[in-house]
Amino acid sequence: MIHVFAWALAVGWLFPFVGLTMAAFRPIPEIIGGWWNFDHFTPTLAKFGSAINAIGTGIGNSFLIAIPGTLIPMFVATLAGYGFARFSFPMRDYLFLTVVMLMTIPQQMVAIPIFQIMLGLHLANTVLSLVILHSAWGLPWIVLFMRNFISALPKEVEEAAHVDGASDLKVFFKIVLPMALPALGAVAVLQFMWVWNDFFFAVILCPADVSCMPATVALIRTIGRFEFDPGLLAAGSLLVMLVPVVLYAVLQRYYIRGMIGWTIKG
Amino acid sequence: MFFAPAMLLILLFVAYPVFATIGVSLFSSDGKFAGLANYGEVLGSPDTVNLNGFPKPPPFGTLIHSAIWIGIHLPLSLFLGLWLALVLRNVKGASWVKTAIFIGMVTPLIIGGILMLYIYDGSIGIVPKFFGALGIQGLAVGWMQRPTTLLFGLIFGSVWLWTGFSLIVYSAGLTTIPKDYWEAAQVDGTSTFRMFTRVTFPLLKPMTIVVITMTILWELKIFDLVIGATSPQGGVGGAADVLALQMYRYAFVEIPARRGVAAAVATFLSILTMVATASTIRYMVKR
Repeated sequence: MIHVFAWALAVGWLFPFVGLTMAAFRPIPEIIGGWWNFDHFTPTLAKFGSAINAIGTGIGNSFLIAIPGTLIPMFVATLAGYGFARFSFPMRDYLFLTVVMLMTIPQQMVAIPIFQIMLGLHLANTVLSLVILHSAWGLPWIVLFMRNFISALPKEVEEAAHVDGASDLKVFFKIVLPMALPALGAVAVLQFMWVWNDFFFAVILCPADVSCMPATVALIRTIGRFEFDPGLLAAGSLLVMLVPVVLYAVLQRYYIRGMIGWTIKG
Repeated sequence: MFFAPAMLLILLFVAYPVFATIGVSLFSSDGKFAGLANYGEVLGSPDTVNLNGFPKPPPFGTLIHSAIWIGIHLPLSLFLGLWLALVLRNVKGASWVKTAIFIGMVTPLIIGGILMLYIYDGSIGIVPKFFGALGIQGLAVGWMQRPTTLLFGLIFGSVWLWTGFSLIVYSAGLTTIPKDYWEAAQVDGTSTFRMFTRVTFPLLKPMTIVVITMTILWELKIFDLVIGATSPQGGVGGAADVLALQMYRYAFVEIPARRGVAAAVATFLSILTMVATASTIRYMVKR
């Protein structure tokens, strides 16, 4: 009984996505009475073709932003996380606390100066501006996450290497980084999705230029650009959400570990 | 050496902009020092608080909307997630159910907003059709076009998207409670309800703190969902307007832009998020 209930719930929970899929694959007049009405059923891929025309460049830009926007902060933050975990210096804990406090700041709090800085650097309306911004913005949470992970690692191996005369940097690359790989997997999944899904920073730094706008902004622009086409919007939405959903389905273990790791154990 | 790249990026693109925003909030649009005048303008604006002639349908202003979001969305998503976590412990294939519910969390929130257009559409939406079938004609209409249903429709839609979070956190929390506790209680003949209020819920306190904090942050910062489902104006008459959207509109949509007032809105929003997270942050850093 409880099993039936649970499964019904799971299916019901997905209904909005089913509806979106129906709107993408079927002509709108066909689903006016509701997508569960199958009197006429003529699925077509036509809307996906128009959606790729409309937001294909945007999807490419999303990859161009999200891949470096994930790798750069991962590397930079692991260095800093290692520093916080293993070296003590005056004010260390205050500095760390400040970095962590920045994690809760809403994006709106930096939007106006960021916009002005990027204009000043002649980076407005470029993919690069979004890569830089996401790299910086992801740092506080990744530093916290990596610092906590690294401080839980046993110190003995590093100490032995130091005794053998290895430099701090060598210890970092040869010992700490390989041991941190499981945590980095979790970070990569979360940060990539976060950047991919971002809308606010993108609409600030690249509101209207097709050459830099990521898929989320390109999608919203389809609403205004043509006569409103629910089929096109639905097909485009499916394409844009496909990437994070597939990533989540494949790397679920890492995703959940990251999520739980930095909210609970963290 | 280890800190230099991180500190440089954080200083330039996170810390400096935060202080610069506070700076901007102290000046008027024509560049004159204005003190706290922009803050006064925000608090006095009907965009922020608009309760004249209450009771009435929304808009109530962004600050009141935030309070409504927290009042409805927080208990619903928290207890729904907790209840599901408890129920799903005894279900075969529970991980599939959790995955299905969690998809809302990985979907870009802007698409969450677009989804609202489909779910609540008067002619193709499942929600109006559902209420139509129940004979409740008042709710069998397009929810996104009416101020009364717009705000609440978005809040319920957000519960649907966000419940996966509290479900996953509570599920992880439940695995940390030793089985002996329940078995001992069963031997003593403790009722299920008593078991929950006396044992399970207190032991889950760390998870509850995390869920409450993260959920309040989500509610305060909500932006993509609202703009995806409505417009930079926050829907009909601003009925679903929120603080983040108000800031965006003042600074980046309106011509001429009102950057000073927008910065004041952003500062308000930041103060609210800091108040909401202060205690949890201390708890996260200590270990």
